Amino acid sequence: MIRLFANAHYDFIRWRRWAYGLTGVIIIPGFALFLVHGLNYSIEFTGGTLIQVHTTTPVGTGKLRAALDAAGIRDAEIQQFGDPTEYVIRARIGTEAESAASSTEATAQAVDSALARGLGHDQYKFVRHEAVGPKVGRELQGKAFLAIFFSFIVTLVYLAFRFEWRFGLAAVLATFHDILTTIAFIRYLNLEVSLVVVGAVLTMVGYSLNDTIIIFDRVRENLRKFRRQNLYDILNLSINETLPRSVLTHGTTMATTLALVLLAGEVLRPFALVMTFAIFTGTFSSVYIAAPILLYIEKRWPGEDARGARTFRPTGAVAVSAPEPPPPPATGGPGARSKAAV
Amino acid sequence: MFHTIRSRLILIGLLVVFSVWQLVPRDTTERVRDVTTGLMKDTVVHRVPVNYGLDLQGGIHLALEVDQSKGPVPDPAEAIRRAERVVRIRVNEFGTKEPVVQVVGGNRLIVELPGETDPARAKSIIQRTAFLEFRITDMKNLFRDALPAIDKALREAGVRAAEQTGAAANVAQLFGPDTGKAKAKKPKAKAAAKPAAKDTTDQNAPGALSSLLFQGQIPGEYLVPEEQVPVVDSLLARPAVQRLIPRGIELKWGTDVSSRAARSYRALYALEDRPILTGEELEKATAQRDPLTNQSVVNFSLSRRGGRIFERETGRHVSDYMAIILDGRVQGQPPIIKGQIGQHGQIELGSKPLQEAQDLALVLRAGALPAPLTIVEERTIGPSLGKDSINDGIRAGIVGVALVILIMVGYYRLSGLLAVSALTLYLLFTLAGLAAFGFTLTLPGLAGLVLSVGIAVDANVLIFERIREELQHGKLVRTAVDEGFTHAMSAIVDSNVSTMLTAMILWLVGTGPVQGFAITLIIGIAASMITAVFVVRTFYMIWLDRRPDMVTLSV
Repeated sequence: MIRLFANAHYDFIRWRRWAYGLTGVIIIPGFALFLVHGLNYSIEFTGGTLIQVHTTTPVGTGKLRAALDAAGIRDAEIQQFGDPTEYVIRARIGTEAESAASSTEATAQAVDSALARGLGHDQYKFVRHEAVGPKVGRELQGKAFLAIFFSFIVTLVYLAFRFEWRFGLAAVLATFHDILTTIAFIRYLNLEVSLVVVGAVLTMVGYSLNDTIIIFDRVRENLRKFRRQNLYDILNLSINETLPRSVLTHGTTMATTLALVLLAGEVLRPFALVMTFAIFTGTFSSVYIAAPILLYIEKRWPGEDARGARTFRPTGAVAVSAPEPPPPPATGGPGARSKAAV
Repeated sequence: MFHTIRSRLILIGLLVVFSVWQLVPRDTTERVRDVTTGLMKDTVVHRVPVNYGLDLQGGIHLALEVDQSKGPVPDPAEAIRRAERVVRIRVNEFGTKEPVVQVVGGNRLIVELPGETDPARAKSIIQRTAFLEFRITDMKNLFRDALPAIDKALREAGVRAAEQTGAAANVAQLFGPDTGKAKAKKPKAKAAAKPAAKDTTDQNAPGALSSLLFQGQIPGEYLVPEEQVPVVDSLLARPAVQRLIPRGIELKWGTDVSSRAARSYRALYALEDRPILTGEELEKATAQRDPLTNQSVVNFSLSRRGGRIFERETGRHVSDYMAIILDGRVQGQPPIIKGQIGQHGQIELGSKPLQEAQDLALVLRAGALPAPLTIVEERTIGPSLGKDSINDGIRAGIVGVALVILIMVGYYRLSGLLAVSALTLYLLFTLAGLAAFGFTLTLPGLAGLVLSVGIAVDANVLIFERIREELQHGKLVRTAVDEGFTHAMSAIVDSNVSTMLTAMILWLVGTGPVQGFAITLIIGIAASMITAVFVVRTFYMIWLDRRPDMVTLSV
């Protein structure tokens, strides 16, 4: 049987100041860049140029895309339009939509020369080209952030009810940290923010919250089990105990996102990259942000109620059963190893 | 509740049957382009009822433009920008599709709907966002007075009245004596009609047009038997008839169909050709039931400018009837103007159901477009992603899922195998859920699905790790499995419930794509809870039941 990180007892919390420093080094310049330059929104948000092309033979979208890619016009959207010799291309050159009129002409020319090289001059003709507005209303960005804000409030309330307000606050702050690092990450790689990337950020919010709560659940359990231990040790113990699960789950999710990064092609790569980073930062923040913040909050506003956190009680089962309490975590790992497992 | 293996298997079986039934290929209507004629037509296709997005399979492409044929629109570019917002809201209300609404070249609006299964409905939704105006009906009965002349012109052109409708000569009183103004004007109209009839060569022959029209309940309202609607349309379209329609009067069909004596009639309205107000000035419309009278009403408010115009116009037209016209169709029966109306008005619908009031309010809100739009182009479009991108995505998805399977089976062995077989059920349930919600699957959606497979095993990982811990504490296999499940539950429930809450907020607050994303998340979480906890637990129960003496567990 393979067991990874079983009975580990690393002192994770000790490195919290290093972790703060590291995350600060990532967030602050990235966020400064974001404030100065903003993000590179995709054609869905900015609009671009719509070009209708008539080809003499049914060339197929693949060939058109190859021609555009070769000329460095990426992220163009190519659609067959009615007949197999009619195509609509939505494209944009440059990173941000400049003054609409000039960039429309420039984009049309760039596409024209790209197709001339890729297909030949006599193989196609332009039916029309014109400026095209954004596909997604600006209100979507606002609404997405509003939605995240409200979901934080609901999470705070839920965790205050199921755990205790300190846990809720720590989990929400950790998730907020993940949003900041992800924005910084997107900014560093200058990834195009498309709807798919917005989707990835939203997935990240759910994933990171999920991960934090799994660790907090263990903290809640251990707080009831070892009433005399201090929180520092209990946090370490809980992180160590959930370590095999973390490794496994992040392994499986990372495997899927890496498969998408490497194999899914240009269209899904930004999504897959953001998700890969999101898994990384979500895991990091559960350990190094959520747990230390909980420790800090507990020091700042001490209350014995953190120990009274409610535990989920399935009907007919005992919530806490520790017939043979393992030795205290700070002094060493669980001593008596059972050989029942194969 | 489900303590026996049998009851659990029955429940799982029911879920599987339900999911498979959701995904069974069935007949769906699709709009496709006829290769020979180049026209769009509806065909019935037998396919799996999962909608694919514009990026995977294409759809219908509609181009809309500001209609300037009925008078110039002052600022078409501004009008189209405002229309974009309204159309987007309407199309999003249409469901969790992923439509494209885009302004092109400053004067056109593109609407693309992925593989629309009911194109008629899609079009009607967009049409419903068309031009709204208020007009006064033909209070002076100018049109009725002109009918004899029209009949005469038709007779001269050789058009005869259809025999079966000959029973009612001239403009007939179908519903007994009228009330109010219509009644007062009736004798005059009859008098005007009679001398006209005398001019004809065949005195007993009913008028070709007038024999098809029956006087409605209010001035300017005529009822046409449903089957005669095309006939009336073709008669009215004749240039000779067009010339004779009195100046300042326009004819418009109503949306209401009323049935009397086993026949259904459609309303035709004679209206002033000048609107007193257009939808541009309308700001709000809400339906409610008047608590005192228990009548359905629609309250509306206008812009400041609109309020001033409306006040002036309604002051001039007290006790006249005002038709609400949307995209050239009179909506419901025109209400009577009871007095001068300013910025805030109320439309009383009497004892009609509240639903009707809500529909009218919706029409008023949605119709608040600054200019009429016409569909200038309708085409089918191919997928916005090439075959190569789609294939890449699918290949990556398969590799991703295979890696998850490899990791799970390699690490947890037989237990991992149980989790993996539960995963197939997870995929089945999720797809069925998406189909049941009419969700549109896009390539990013597929990527999300692949990712969710990675996340879905999390619950099993939690459970298996717990079981290992319990075994490590020296527990018997059966106890370890039981306690592994119970102890992992709190983590699974809390983490999934909070993610579910987040998804629900996204669904409530977000628009379009964000909502679509939220629905995938909600369905995915629900499916993974069912499979990872319930299904895997059942597998364990069966396993332990077969091997009660099991000392070691393959986990």
